[in-house]
Amino acid sequence: MTLNKQDIGRLLAKQGILIAFIVFMIGFALANQRFIAIDNIAGVIRSSAILGVMALGVTFVVIGGNLDLSVGSMMSFSTIVVLDLHDKIGPALAIPAMFALTLCLGAFIGFLVGYLKLNSLIVTLGMLSAIHGLTLTWSGGKNMDIADKAGTWFSVFGQDRIMGIPVPILIFALLAAVLTLLLSKTPFGRKVYAVGGNGQAATFSGIPRARVVFYTYLISAFCVAVAGLLQASRSLGSQNTVGQGLELEVLAAVILGGASLLGGSGTVFKTVIGVLILGFIQNGLLLVGLDFYVQYIVTWAIIILAVWLDVAAKRGRLWSPIA
Amino acid sequence: MTDQTPVLRLEGIVKTFPGVRALDGVSFDVRPGEVHALMGENGAGKSTLMKVLGGIHAPNEGQIFVGDEAVTMTSPKHAKAKGVVFIHQELSLADELTVAENIFLGELPLKGFGRVDWGKLYDDTNAILKTLNVGFDAKTRVGDLSIANQQMVEIGRALTVSPRAVIFDEPTASLTDSEKVVLFQVIAGLQEKGVGIIYISHRMEEIFKITDRISVLRDGQYRGTLLTAETNEDDVTKLMIGRSLDLSRSEATHELGDVALEVRGLACGSLFEDVSFKLHKGEVLGFYGLVGAGRTEIAETIFGLRTPSAGTILLNGEEVRITSPIDAVQRGISLVPEDRKDQGLVLGMNCRDNMTLPQVDDLTAGPFVSDGAEIAIFDQYRDKLDIRTPGWRQTVGNLSGGNQQKIVIGKWLSMRPNVLIVDEPTRGIDVGSKSEIHNLIRDLASQGYAVIVISSEMPEVLRVSDRIVAMFNGRIMRDFTAEEVTEDNLIQAISGISEKVA
Repeated sequence: MTLNKQDIGRLLAKQGILIAFIVFMIGFALANQRFIAIDNIAGVIRSSAILGVMALGVTFVVIGGNLDLSVGSMMSFSTIVVLDLHDKIGPALAIPAMFALTLCLGAFIGFLVGYLKLNSLIVTLGMLSAIHGLTLTWSGGKNMDIADKAGTWFSVFGQDRIMGIPVPILIFALLAAVLTLLLSKTPFGRKVYAVGGNGQAATFSGIPRARVVFYTYLISAFCVAVAGLLQASRSLGSQNTVGQGLELEVLAAVILGGASLLGGSGTVFKTVIGVLILGFIQNGLLLVGLDFYVQYIVTWAIIILAVWLDVAAKRGRLWSPIA
Repeated sequence: MTDQTPVLRLEGIVKTFPGVRALDGVSFDVRPGEVHALMGENGAGKSTLMKVLGGIHAPNEGQIFVGDEAVTMTSPKHAKAKGVVFIHQELSLADELTVAENIFLGELPLKGFGRVDWGKLYDDTNAILKTLNVGFDAKTRVGDLSIANQQMVEIGRALTVSPRAVIFDEPTASLTDSEKVVLFQVIAGLQEKGVGIIYISHRMEEIFKITDRISVLRDGQYRGTLLTAETNEDDVTKLMIGRSLDLSRSEATHELGDVALEVRGLACGSLFEDVSFKLHKGEVLGFYGLVGAGRTEIAETIFGLRTPSAGTILLNGEEVRITSPIDAVQRGISLVPEDRKDQGLVLGMNCRDNMTLPQVDDLTAGPFVSDGAEIAIFDQYRDKLDIRTPGWRQTVGNLSGGNQQKIVIGKWLSMRPNVLIVDEPTRGIDVGSKSEIHNLIRDLASQGYAVIVISSEMPEVLRVSDRIVAMFNGRIMRDFTAEEVTEDNLIQAISGISEKVA
């Protein structure tokens, strides 16, 4: 069977991201041998881990039919809080305290979106700003640093290796595995798909829609807390704006992985793929000698491309005269 | 009317998609002033044929003639310019705009500098509305109109040109009986002007009431055209599905059991009040009434989707308070909702997951959902309900309407409910599946299930129910047994003509 124009359109719409990714990778590999060196690949995965952990949580929110644009500023909050408390109450107490505070933020968003049924875009956009203000209030606007950087065990999460593998990668992998099971194997996971796929039908099936949405935001906040821990542990000091802009990269990774912004589809594994695609493309751009700033433009272009292909896959062709 | 050139003629239309021959040599014609029914099961090719007529799909072979002229339609707009217009099943109106703006959408009359000529717009619109004999004017906001009146606006759209052929696609799907009468008058008016009508519907009563000829499609093939006056439902059905249906009421005699559900003086705001009835095990209780009579709202209240303002609900003799669907599911009440696509199914999910959704919490092995338990339930109800699907992994959205409905029924039946409420069990599904679902409901009753069937279709209620509750305006007007009910006294009861009988 020969490929006609329509078939090519359908193939592009369905597998476009993967095809684009392969083309990018081949191009980068040809342009710079270092791109496919083992240590470079490990480095990319390692530096993607923080973004990846956040994307795992947002995957639940997006499949549940909502958005979470607050994760970037929430991650700044977690990082600043755990660093500040580290010197005040010690790392053993600082970590659970930071998790508790971050989960409170997630619960608040979950309450507004789930139980009060407010639009998630507005709520989380507002929380992006509000949490940023909260972080600055907490820190007084100053950078936060651990006083005794050499003498704390707190650095294990961000800097150590276990059996030669960097701890952030291990944590990312472990969390991805646990959340895969939660999403694909448990009744709760099934309900997330149902609520995002058709909320009304979920209600008519006796599923507590508000509670399910609430939990997706708790999971997202938990992942943000883990990301904040990794970030703080890696740098042992931080600006107030460390997570700024990450919300869009996270969303890009989730959509790249193939989760629909309309809810009801996507998987944890696909999100991991999306995270890696984003990481490798950004790394490749640097290695071919482009300015760091170019990655902002490319990331944006990738988001647009991904959304376009998502819509195109639904209607079976790249362009349609009817909306 | 005899021996005139047909307004629309199709000759040997073939349309193929990769792997499918959706239309395979379809030929028929529509004469001026004729109402020509187009019938066929879901998937028989009716919609594809309409898309070919409307220029959305180009036929691979064959020719369309409008009058004497051979035409290849390129877009719905082109078709309209040629005098072939469509009244779609799903209304495509802008709620926030006025009737006039909707009717002339995309072709508003203009005066200098691209300004809209409002005076002409309203005059032209009112002229059209006058021929439709409706009770609203050009400046009414469409969102404020009833569904029936919105349909009139849709028809008004067709009349901005002088149409030669008008195609109605399931026009009565959401109309009440009295609204249908108005629609049929409009169709008769078009007929008098010599317009040819293609009328697509599953409803035999309507077909036999208003059409002159019936053309039938099956599996994309043209099966023949019958003169309505010289045929009957059975012949048409045979042509459509290749076999005849047993439409008689299966009179399986079985004993009624205890009272499964009793409702006393139930009320919900202004929606309905003073609703009392008893439902026994092994009994099918039909709820019949016009749209808006409060039938669906009663079901939703029993299912915990609405909070009653008065009254009590007793399950197996015990008073219960049901405040959410979660409560209802736990107490063994199942509701097959009115709208299967919006309320019944998650269309993007597979067949099995949809079916087990309400009980997924109970189908676990440790913390995880047990694949085996789920598949066992799916297989059992696929066989029991004869659901035709390639397998449980099939996305529900890809199934036919009848099979989708069976998935929803299976979903609630597999809960082994104390009370099964089925709201509009056969809306929008073809005659073959319809009769299977009717037989299924009768079977359930003989197995001892307590079933409530809510329907707007009188033949359906008459066929499946042991008792029928007639509702009018939020009140129960009368409670009939199967023996005492007739079409006449049922119509009287739901129109509020007969006195309320306690």
